[in-house]
Amino acid sequence: MLIFRHEDGNKVASPEQIQVWMKQTMDWIAGITAQNKFVGGNGLLFDDARVVHASKMVTNGPFGEIKETIGGYIMVKAESADEAAEFAKGCPVLQGEGNTVEVRKIAKRDGIH
Amino acid sequence: MIPHLFRTEYRKIIAVLCKHFGLEHMGIAEDIASDTFLTAAQVWPMHGIPINPVAWLYNVAGNKAKNYLRRHILFENKIAPQVKTDAHLFEYEPDLSHQNIADSQLQMMFAICHPSIPQEAQIGLSLRILCGFGIEEVADAFLASKDAINKRLYRAKEKLREEKIKIELPAPSEIDARLDTVLTTIYLLFSEGYYSVSRDRALRKEVCLEAMRLCHMLIEDTSTNKPQVNALMALMCFHSSRFDARVNKNGEWILYEDQNTELWDVALVSKGIYFLNCAARGDRLTNYHLEAMIAYWSTQKTDTKEKWEAILQLYDSLLRVQYSPVAALNRTFALAKAKSKATAITEAEHLNLTNNQFYYALLGELYTGIDNSKAIQNLQEALLLAKTQADKQVIQNKMAHLAHI
Repeated sequence: MLIFRHEDGNKVASPEQIQVWMKQTMDWIAGITAQNKFVGGNGLLFDDARVVHASKMVTNGPFGEIKETIGGYIMVKAESADEAAEFAKGCPVLQGEGNTVEVRKIAKRDGIH
Repeated sequence: MIPHLFRTEYRKIIAVLCKHFGLEHMGIAEDIASDTFLTAAQVWPMHGIPINPVAWLYNVAGNKAKNYLRRHILFENKIAPQVKTDAHLFEYEPDLSHQNIADSQLQMMFAICHPSIPQEAQIGLSLRILCGFGIEEVADAFLASKDAINKRLYRAKEKLREEKIKIELPAPSEIDARLDTVLTTIYLLFSEGYYSVSRDRALRKEVCLEAMRLCHMLIEDTSTNKPQVNALMALMCFHSSRFDARVNKNGEWILYEDQNTELWDVALVSKGIYFLNCAARGDRLTNYHLEAMIAYWSTQKTDTKEKWEAILQLYDSLLRVQYSPVAALNRTFALAKAKSKATAITEAEHLNLTNNQFYYALLGELYTGIDNSKAIQNLQEALLLAKTQADKQVIQNKMAHLAHI
């Protein structure tokens, strides 16, 4: 699983920039799909988000101490974490300074990876 | 996907939402519109572009608006229980029909181009709200910092709030006067794109096209389809027909005489003629009519006696309708072409515009071939007054040329 961490784009981007960014994301995913290695993914919206704390207190937004938060994820079929990291290198999210793509294995029921 | 789809739909959504929320809450409309496109950018790459992208966007924008209102009302009720819940707000369904979008955008244009808003701010707000440009794009087009643009837009929005300006069409009795302000802003927006020294040529052309689009919106509505609107449209068509011929690969101006006419856009010239014909009615001869007719003659490259006589007469009329030093200088150039350089020099020197680079540039041009040392003297004066690198380059080229004769 490739997890995108970035800033809330709403604060910085113009409609034109958002469209350019979306097109790049489409091209990136199309490249992975062409190798038959794209499984699926989703975006996580920034608006109307909540954080529930240990004290059961509920605050607005996923925004804590860090600026970058999870904006979405995709799942890919990869032989190794390194191969998945190669895919991640092409992710347009990385054009933003401080943004990251985290590569994680999804746990399987049999526990063998 | 359609180029500029997001920008095009942004300005439609924002006009409809502003119309509903009121201009004082423009920020909310901007946030909801931006959020809508961000959601699209997060969803479409994963699940594919929807069959009807525009309907998808309107649906999402409508939902976000409803959610916003619901949250907002709940919040208001929590802190101020005496505020009664407005049931109708819960049922708000933004009307994103073609007709309401067109009406809202037109009314928005009149609100933003209100006489109480400073001219500069009107242009900035137009680009941002009516055209859907981002702050960075507005800053690039104006060669200003993002901070400066943000401040300018912030003050303009404050002003809209203070003056309690409503998003509506002016009364029929006021429409001509209010239309004048709107047309001035459109013309300035166009000039900003046409003459700006910003290096981003594609962006500059887009600014020109946006000005033409706004003008076209006025033509499409019967209440604003006035002769002066058609005249401005014609003027912009004629000018922009030379857009690609005016600049060389290095971004330097190519003077009119040296332009490759193959690069002139014939389709835009015919469009201009069409709108000029539409403008030929009513009893008000505006500066746009005269400037459009002058611009028409500029699309005819062949120098004929008839051409320059016509241009001279048009400038004479223009100076009566609206005097400006630039028009006076251009009129003198036409005089030289129609009569003689000697006649023009006498009249030019009477203008005595000694703080104007174009005054000296014109004298330099007129003295060329008559008294080359005087020509060089004048060009040197022009060079001292020139502000942009592009202007300086043109003057230096002329001086170099003169030195070789």
